[in-house]
Amino acid sequence: MKPPILKVRDLTKKFGNVTSVNGVSLDIADGEILGLLGANGAGKTTVINMVLGIVTPTGGHIEVFGKELMANRIEVLRSTNFCSTYTQLPGNLRVWQNLKVFGQIYRVPDLKARIDEVLEILEISHLKERVSGELSAGEGTRLNLCKALLNRPRLLLLDEPTASLDPDIADKVRKVVKRIRDEEGTTILYTSHNMRDVEEVCDRVVFMHKGKVLFTGTSEEILHHFEEKSLEDVFIRVARSGDIESNRERKEGGS
Amino acid sequence: MSFYTIKALVLRYLYLYTRTPVRIVELIFWPLVHLLVWGYLTRFLQQNVGDDFPHEITFLIGAVILWDILFRAQQGVAIFFLEDVWSRNLLNIFAAPVTNADYLGSTYAVGMMRAGVTSVMLGGLSALLYSFNVFQLSWALIPFVFNLLIFGWALGMISTALIVRWGPAAETLAWAVPFFIQPFAAVYYPVDYLPTALQWVAKLLPCSYVFEGMRDVLKDGVVNWAELGIATGLNVVYLAAAGVLFVRVMNTAREKGLLTKFASQ
Repeated sequence: MKPPILKVRDLTKKFGNVTSVNGVSLDIADGEILGLLGANGAGKTTVINMVLGIVTPTGGHIEVFGKELMANRIEVLRSTNFCSTYTQLPGNLRVWQNLKVFGQIYRVPDLKARIDEVLEILEISHLKERVSGELSAGEGTRLNLCKALLNRPRLLLLDEPTASLDPDIADKVRKVVKRIRDEEGTTILYTSHNMRDVEEVCDRVVFMHKGKVLFTGTSEEILHHFEEKSLEDVFIRVARSGDIESNRERKEGGS
Repeated sequence: MSFYTIKALVLRYLYLYTRTPVRIVELIFWPLVHLLVWGYLTRFLQQNVGDDFPHEITFLIGAVILWDILFRAQQGVAIFFLEDVWSRNLLNIFAAPVTNADYLGSTYAVGMMRAGVTSVMLGGLSALLYSFNVFQLSWALIPFVFNLLIFGWALGMISTALIVRWGPAAETLAWAVPFFIQPFAAVYYPVDYLPTALQWVAKLLPCSYVFEGMRDVLKDGVVNWAELGIATGLNVVYLAAAGVLFVRVMNTAREKGLLTKFASQ
């Protein structure tokens, strides 16, 4: 059996007295798309930031490609990339200039051709000469995704990639995510508030709440576990209850 | 340290400057204002104060040029970081395969380029407007510039470390830090004119030896290599200390999530 591309064990992050991530463990198999689902403050982005080495864990262990992250951070990051709704590329630079800079940082071979390729994948080739700061929110997100695909990452971290997109573009982005997994075998960790993203794109889902993993499984397994008809219902119930297990017990007791 | 990564980070900065001419204005405008003010003051003093005043008053123009080398080198490091904060690009850089050494190396290169642009401009204009030839400093110009660049880089790292530690509210330190030391750096007047206690402060600043040395060369044509050696030694200490401070603050920033806070502001 192949080792997981990303292996996280007992990951904990405390900011002062606040525990943002509390004993999270998860694995992502090679070529898998794992969804990280949870309300605001669940700890999803903090998990991603720790996997990128931007935030140092308080406790726990992260292995990427079978290597301990912090000891091999630069080597790991060469084969990793990310796209977040919370970041932008410098707005003063043209689209191709931004991609050229990051392509050089990631040492992308045959960079010019790769830039054309990723722009075509995200259907923004016509924006190549545009100034990045003049792009719409949706175009900007697709440019961020272009940056994230430049180095053909083995592990791709997507933090709410469809958050600012209209339904049409969001649908295209979901198709791109599935396509790069299918064609390039990219392993993807995908956080979202959008249940449709999770249902359409993710092979498995890790459901987080208040820094902890509540449940891990396929969408169907989650629905079965929480006895709800849609992931959205599960999401709302978890967000509002704060203690899903006690709710479940209450429900079981009442039936 | 990777030359390839440094080249990419510097390229980003060059794109930024070619795309936004207002930044070039900033690089040229303020140094030009300083040169004009100090240059015409020098001319006034030369013509009106009489023979009692030393002919070497032209050192004020030399001081403007050399101070600007230090200031631009410091700015190259500090503003480089702030450019990433302002463009919300910080996480893209620090989540990329960029080491602290790569990042600092690129800021040094940018600082050197900024200093190069302004010193060439100021050198040319001072010769044209005030007949002040910076090359009369002869070979001493090389260690002078070298020491000012290194001290500028060290101050830039300290400024950046303080901004990372204290957050965006401390951005103004990117411009303020060099001026904290300027009164004691003997830029426009000799160290001897400072109160005794402050003379000791001046002796701890590598740049004070450079400015004193510049005045010696202009006055007597003599280079005090021993004092330049002290400046270089102090610079090694400052650069190493600033590097340690920068790395420690970046580690603290990762522990406290300061980089992500910056990115979301």
